[in-house]
Amino acid sequence: MNLVRIKEERDIVVARSAAKKIAQEMGFGLVDQTRISTAVSELARNIYLYAGQGEVHIEADCNPRSGLRITFTDQGPGIADIKLAMTDGWSSVKSMGKGLPGAARLSDHMEIQSELGKGTTVIIEKWLPE
Amino acid sequence: MLESNSIPILKLKEFLIVSIQTDLHDRMAEQLQYDILNRISETSAKGVLIDISALEMVDSFIGRTLADTAKMAATLDADIVIVGMNPAVAITLVELGLSLEGVYTALNLDEGYELLQKITTADGEDIQNPDSEDSVVEDMNEPGSD
Repeated sequence: MNLVRIKEERDIVVARSAAKKIAQEMGFGLVDQTRISTAVSELARNIYLYAGQGEVHIEADCNPRSGLRITFTDQGPGIADIKLAMTDGWSSVKSMGKGLPGAARLSDHMEIQSELGKGTTVIIEKWLPE
Repeated sequence: MLESNSIPILKLKEFLIVSIQTDLHDRMAEQLQYDILNRISETSAKGVLIDISALEMVDSFIGRTLADTAKMAATLDADIVIVGMNPAVAITLVELGLSLEGVYTALNLDEGYELLQKITTADGEDIQNPDSEDSVVEDMNEPGSD
């Protein structure tokens, strides 16, 4: 289990480097390592842009399949419309709107829980090839 | 704001050469964009080679910054060729939903240099613009601007 606190912009780099290192140690191939670090970069940046600060937990998990589970939590404004936020190109701040839908495509599984005014939790999973 | 670890920009004849050898955080990417445009303006460089072979990933922010830099450079009458993208980065970039539209790319520095020479000497006529919908490069080449 590895925890990276997102407080400033540079922490995005710390989070994605940590995720890549763990993915490498777990035996993920280079393309999957790159997918993982890119997804982490997008979601960690979302924390920084929308909530200002939050946490990224990176953990090896074997339920239901052996792989990596990464949890992004913040106490930010929350997402009003998750379906809309998952639309390519949609962004409520000045960004590309690739973050959530892009990270979903780079992952094997994604869950989003969000409550307005309370915060957001995004979980992504990447499984090792069987 | 100047970063102490800013990325060097080398001038070689009429071209600039940039090799990104560090993991880019967002502000550094923005600083690099500004520095490249400044150097184009100072040196009247005709083209810029940006080597990204050491970049382990290109996310939407870095991708957009590179694409924007190419468009901005075009308005300064300079072409940008991005070289050395590794295959894992290319796969991830497309899956992410980025296409780097309007950006010339080449496999390595040698090919990038040749491409840049062709683009800048042919005035873009013989070379297919990577983004035909957005003809910034050609529009800016008004007669008499050279």
